[in-house]
Amino acid sequence: MMMIFGVPMAVFMGQLTLGLVNGAFYALLSLGLAVIFGLLKIVNFAHGAQYMLGAFAALLGFRYLGINYWLALFLVPLVVGAFGVLLERFLLRRIAHLDHLYGLLLTFGLALIFEGTLVNFFGVSGARYATPEIFQGGLNLGFMFLPTYRAWVLVAALAMCLFTWFMIERTRLGAYLRAGTENSQLMQAFGVNVPLLITLTYGFGVALAAFAGVLAAPLYPVSPTMGSSLLIVVFAVVVIGGMGSILGAIITGLAMGIIEGLTKVYYPEAANTVIFLVMILVLMFRPVGLFGKEA
Amino acid sequence: MTFMKKTMATSIAVAAASSLAVSTAQADMSDGEVRIGYLADMSGTYRDLAGPGGQTALEMAVEDFGSSVNGSPIVVFSADDRNSADVGANTVRGWIDQDNVDMVAGLVASSVSIAVTKVLEENNGLGIVSGSAASSITNEHCTPNHIHWVYDTYPLANGTAKAVVEQGGDSWFMLTADYAFGHALEADVTKVVEESGGEIVGGVRHPFPTNDFSSYILQAQGSGAKIIGLANAGADTVNAITTASQFGITQSGQQLAGLLIFLNDVHALGLDATQGLLLTTGWYWDMDEHSREWAQRYFDEVGRMPTMVQAGIYSSTMHYLKAVEAAGTDDPETVRAQMAEMPIEDFFARNGSIREDGRMIHDMYLAQVKTPDESTGEWDLYEILSTIPAEEAYRPLSESQCKLVQN
Repeated sequence: MMMIFGVPMAVFMGQLTLGLVNGAFYALLSLGLAVIFGLLKIVNFAHGAQYMLGAFAALLGFRYLGINYWLALFLVPLVVGAFGVLLERFLLRRIAHLDHLYGLLLTFGLALIFEGTLVNFFGVSGARYATPEIFQGGLNLGFMFLPTYRAWVLVAALAMCLFTWFMIERTRLGAYLRAGTENSQLMQAFGVNVPLLITLTYGFGVALAAFAGVLAAPLYPVSPTMGSSLLIVVFAVVVIGGMGSILGAIITGLAMGIIEGLTKVYYPEAANTVIFLVMILVLMFRPVGLFGKEA
Repeated sequence: MTFMKKTMATSIAVAAASSLAVSTAQADMSDGEVRIGYLADMSGTYRDLAGPGGQTALEMAVEDFGSSVNGSPIVVFSADDRNSADVGANTVRGWIDQDNVDMVAGLVASSVSIAVTKVLEENNGLGIVSGSAASSITNEHCTPNHIHWVYDTYPLANGTAKAVVEQGGDSWFMLTADYAFGHALEADVTKVVEESGGEIVGGVRHPFPTNDFSSYILQAQGSGAKIIGLANAGADTVNAITTASQFGITQSGQQLAGLLIFLNDVHALGLDATQGLLLTTGWYWDMDEHSREWAQRYFDEVGRMPTMVQAGIYSSTMHYLKAVEAAGTDDPETVRAQMAEMPIEDFFARNGSIREDGRMIHDMYLAQVKTPDESTGEWDLYEILSTIPAEEAYRPLSESQCKLVQN
């Protein structure tokens, strides 16, 4: 059997695939953060909680309203995104002119409130969300058995990433948005409603988190604390990619998923730290991040 | 019936003893109050196995006891240790220094318990550990100032691992949480598996906590071992089992052995994912009439069935209060000696007694998770397969490294 660094080829390929799936997930989450930070300069510490709200909305929607997975994938981001719009309109906007630190504190506080409230009602053990019928079973890739649902997560997350990148970097709406954050007075003089644009952008970032939450619901136990552990990793991904860089978040997310996956084979004890090691190295040699623009 | 007789006899004895002591008793309670501090993870990973539910159990015990001992009222303090040894130790130091707390209950994460019992030893306090797993708490970390109540890693390995090997599961792959508790459990399991004629063919130590287990499950799958042993707890175990079912572990002929699984974990995972799982438990709500009766009362208060830890908190608090009453004082040393003298026989513990190393030994149970067809209700989750007698379940004193044991 062919070996790669002392590990059988099949195992290596399997880990690479799983790393890619996790990476797509990191990419999707860090993308939302990057959009919000890059365009609004808000350090959204509620992102993990909003991801969790997405998963919970899917779970509760199914349990009490009979909303199926596909409908949830479409509806939940809209509902949670609308909730994000309210947060921006009534809370974040009031402190938009202050230092970033205030936004960070506000969103962090909101995250604690969301989590605490749900812990109070549902506990921390979590609940299961059934995998949709069509994704039961798995694909035999020759070197591994890949559950069909994970393959779908990879496809769906990457598609959403590309869609977002295209919207922001390649459309007229995206151009307005980027111009509006660069020089909002000038844009307003041209008749563009910049505050509305900002509110909708925040809502979109939150919707991305909720979309990731729905995707995650069948994979992991749905619990109020599911977002907080992920948030720190996702922030590290954004820092490595370059704060605010859309493409950077996507590529770094995928790369970190793969690096983490391989660490789990070669030195599992370090699996939770490897991303932070990369972050330290990047900050030492390229403080603006791999894809960040020099100020 | 014997149970009733015994309790009756104990209560008569206790009543007789206390009526003798009653005149001096009040003067012997520090501050004229019996103060109990409840320390547990109230918001994190281990919240559901002890947490606020454990506090309710403790308060039920206080209430059932009559809210006072020999005329001195019982006061309950509580705090969240957030699974941090520092937070736990500082809280307890404050309780002892400023609030004159007489007994610390709860105590969940092993790391917190080890730190807190050190503080208790330095300050001559008293603690009853109900939630922790590490058997080292009454082995190398034993003190004259604490008692370990519900279970520990020794019977977990001894019960589950032995039974699994006997059923033909003789090659194991260990999935271990990379910290003190996981290492202790892994060591205990390795010993039992090898002694029973099995073999550990591989393993991986994963960081605590881990969000995604797919990579480790894939490694376990590749190892060809018959059994995948889960030496982890709480959300990690739940995550590992969920992932294993997605990767079709059982369909491909491998079996999972969960070494520390609580009722709330099985409830969260559902029977589809957990059916057939073997586990060792210190108590189950549906064991007999007494356990069902207490569990129903708890359920009416909390809305969930109690875990073995929550039941153990009631049992240990009750035993503590009886000992305070019998001794006529809340002085830690006297009360601990009194607790060790009285046998423990209640809805929770069978053949219970406290050894000199502080280990409360009692019968343990090998259980199997029911199939969805067998289960008749939301909380009808386990079938008790066999009883592991108290004397066999725990680490024998002859192997003890505890400084309180003469070997």
